[in-house]
Amino acid sequence: METVHSATPLLAMLASLIGAFLILFTGERNRNLREFWTLAAAVIKFGLIASMLPYILHGKIVEYTMVEIYKGLFLQFRVDTFGMIFALLASFLWIVVSLYSIGYMRDLNEHAQTRYFFCFALAIFGAVGVALAGNLLTLYMFYEILTVATFALVAHKETPEAIKAGRKYLAYLLTGAAFVLFSMAVTYYLTGTLDFKPGGFVAGHGSREILSLVFVTFMIGFGSKAAIMPIHEWLPSAMIAPTPVSALLHAVAVVKAGVFCCLRVILYVFGPKVLSDLGLWIPLAFVVSFTVIVANIIALTQDHLKRRLAFSTINNLSIIILGAALVSHDGIRGAMLHIPFHGFMKITLFMCAGAIYVKTHKEFISEMEGIGKQMPITMAAFTIGALGLTGIPPVCGFISKWYLCLGALEAKEIIFLLVFLASALLDAAYFLPIIYGAFFKKPKFVKDHFDEASFFVVFPIVITAIGSIFFGLFPDAFMHFFKLAVASAKNIMGMGV
Amino acid sequence: MIQEQFPALIVVTPLIMSFILFTVSWWNKRLCFPILLATLSACLVFAIGILDMVIKHGQPIHYHLGGWDPPWGIEYVIDHLNALVLVAVAVVAWLVALYAKSVVEKELHESKLPQFYTLFLLQVTGLFGITATGDMFNLYVLLEIASFSAYAIIAMGERGADFAAFRYVIFGTIGACAYLLGVGYLYILTGSLNMADLAQLIPKLFYNKALLVGFAFFLVGVGIKMGIFPLHTWLPDAYTLAPSAVSALLAPLFTKVGAYVIIRIMFTVFDPSFSIKLYPVMDILGWIAAIGIAFACIMALAQSDLKRMLCYLIVAEMGYIVIGIASANRLGLTGAILHIVNDMFMMACLFTVVGAIMYQTGTRNIYQFRYLHRTMPVTLGVFVVGALSVVGVPPMCGFFSKWYLILGTIEAKKWLLLFVLLASSLVNAILFFRVIENAYLEPRGEHAFAHDGGHPSISLDEVPWSMLISMLMIAAGIILLGIFSGVIIKHVIQFAVPASF
Repeated sequence: METVHSATPLLAMLASLIGAFLILFTGERNRNLREFWTLAAAVIKFGLIASMLPYILHGKIVEYTMVEIYKGLFLQFRVDTFGMIFALLASFLWIVVSLYSIGYMRDLNEHAQTRYFFCFALAIFGAVGVALAGNLLTLYMFYEILTVATFALVAHKETPEAIKAGRKYLAYLLTGAAFVLFSMAVTYYLTGTLDFKPGGFVAGHGSREILSLVFVTFMIGFGSKAAIMPIHEWLPSAMIAPTPVSALLHAVAVVKAGVFCCLRVILYVFGPKVLSDLGLWIPLAFVVSFTVIVANIIALTQDHLKRRLAFSTINNLSIIILGAALVSHDGIRGAMLHIPFHGFMKITLFMCAGAIYVKTHKEFISEMEGIGKQMPITMAAFTIGALGLTGIPPVCGFISKWYLCLGALEAKEIIFLLVFLASALLDAAYFLPIIYGAFFKKPKFVKDHFDEASFFVVFPIVITAIGSIFFGLFPDAFMHFFKLAVASAKNIMGMGV
Repeated sequence: MIQEQFPALIVVTPLIMSFILFTVSWWNKRLCFPILLATLSACLVFAIGILDMVIKHGQPIHYHLGGWDPPWGIEYVIDHLNALVLVAVAVVAWLVALYAKSVVEKELHESKLPQFYTLFLLQVTGLFGITATGDMFNLYVLLEIASFSAYAIIAMGERGADFAAFRYVIFGTIGACAYLLGVGYLYILTGSLNMADLAQLIPKLFYNKALLVGFAFFLVGVGIKMGIFPLHTWLPDAYTLAPSAVSALLAPLFTKVGAYVIIRIMFTVFDPSFSIKLYPVMDILGWIAAIGIAFACIMALAQSDLKRMLCYLIVAEMGYIVIGIASANRLGLTGAILHIVNDMFMMACLFTVVGAIMYQTGTRNIYQFRYLHRTMPVTLGVFVVGALSVVGVPPMCGFFSKWYLILGTIEAKKWLLLFVLLASSLVNAILFFRVIENAYLEPRGEHAFAHDGGHPSISLDEVPWSMLISMLMIAAGIILLGIFSGVIIKHVIQFAVPASF
């Protein structure tokens, strides 16, 4: 594979870092300027990342080495097809969420907005860093930055409950990070490198037992961020955060970064071959299948809209990991496609929940009956997102789920095909009542005339909803998610099995 | 060339200037601070010059004091290891001196300022000397210079400092005696005091029991000075009650220089195989470090006084360095040496911040830090950098030394130590996020969406510029040391590790 040396990844990272500090220094004195920095940084960052897309599509790799740490160990960005998917997703949705945040925070007149936007920019800095990192050490660095930056966002409300949620978040994620650190050190000790390689690089190093142990600790570590059961507890608690943060947590940065890291480990550190030789994928697949089913059943019982969405996220994250764990061509494609597609759909849902909260201060589904009358645009977008997660064409969720199912068939694992299908069915079971209630029941607690949230809140929702359908119809348009996923799967499987 | 005189100048300059400073203060007290800063600037130049020479020549610099040839005369030997420590000490001392001016003027009575500045210089003299010397007895002398100035300067602190200082005197003197006894044993056995000479003579005496006793005396003596568990008992009181500027100087530097001495004695004076193959020194040190870190973490958790918490943290950090030594391999020792430098910056960062908070609010109680992020945003920003470094979040430097320490324990297959390293960073996270939570978050009622502020009366009220600049530079140092740790290792530390590893 050809390598292009370019400072573009670094510049893309600096855009949000500098943006973050400009936000901090501008502060409350000039709100419009501060928000301008957010948007400017977001747009520049997305532009820089998108500018690397042509290289990646031509099968090249963009590399930038910052500094050597130790023999064979660098702080290094290396942008490949998989990283590109996540980087494009995170940086594009940052623009959308920024717009939304501005509307949301101002409508609610939230406190500490400067800290909020600062930490938001830092969180995206971390997330995109995770995407662009060329090796585990660099990835870990941004992973930790992301964790710390998000802490302030989770605890943003500063109520005792929010502080508790923040502590819980840190407790889970920092413990996870310690596991990652251990696994990373052992991996480096065994192989002398931490550079990602499609198809993995640990093959032939270390004994079966050690590799199995390291894999398990890796999965516990990154799994804490990807909210695999039973280490998911922090995620529903973190719903206390402002809605744009939840949107960020779920759709863009935090948990997606967790899943991204899991996939990096599964596909680029261990690789399909080692995974199937050692039989490691079987326990992993069962754990995430368990998570899928149980999270869905719990979601059925939740009346708090954001909590229901949180459990839906837990379910979808595990689906992604399951797709990768099946070590089949289509499974990997489906998993990689589900990262951006789920991002678009889930962010729509969360932003809808936020819009409802901004306008009506309602958080419980039972209070939202008939809200379709008051907020038709929002609820239409919600419907699109919900149908997409259920896997109904032409929304993009269908495409990724289709490939995931094909992957299960390719791996000849009917039981996991059933898991995918059951999850789609359960998705329908907890989303459709919301939609039904919103449109077909008489409003009891909300107004029965048109009264939408402000432009800044509604506009991003419309964009992501349209995006969800658009990518369903043209999965390869604009950001070429489809091509990227296909190329990654080819690289991984080509070199692996 | 003048550059060749730097090893002597770096010790002699602050020594002489301390007397000049004291004399000048009778005439004009205002000149004290400029003299201090100028002297330390000169020392910084010397230190960097020495490091530059060492890197260029690639081998140790030998400087014979007074032209007397070793092993009879005193020799200063500077290799990669102590050149690095010299630079770190010089940088941190300079930054703390810059920071000290405003703080001491507020905390100490005006009449005590000249003594403070004089002792500051003497302290730095001692630290430079300990680091630069290649002679066991000369090291003792300089250790006592550093210690005695430390006793005096700590006693200037708040209520109870005199008692803490007295306790420190007792412990410190026991430590010094132990060290001196160790020197005596070696002198009786070999007839030499020169480190390089001893390194030649000692392997022949490896099975001599008296040598082992001497070695044990060294460990205990230096162990007391560096505040290693269980010999740390003097440390929390002394450093907590000392004036802010003093703890900001002593806490980062003295203990770490002690760690340097341990490494020097174990790996240069005594052959590494003495403590690896011959006696289970490394195992003992490993256990001590593990228990010490656990103990220090628990004690730190129990503190509500931020400064006292940090003092226990030093004990834990010394444990990390000992873990690196106990791993007895290249990676572990790299981590230990890197951690000496990193920890100097980390502790300087945290202790200067505590001093700044004291300066502005008069309290160190973590639970009284509310609204601090409004009044002192910059100080707290610096604190967060230091805290994250101790917790081990990259790209702060603390992570990188921990990374090598972890690799070292894996290579040595010391799983207990590995566990201690990982677990203690979690405890550190609890320690520091407790502070961050109290300082940044303002718990409020369930649905109280206060319009921005809520407490408009609380406004920006930062410490003076000199303190801010110093703290910001230390924070920047923490990040730069982290990002460029590879450069330091490549050019300096890899040569500082014994070749046999």
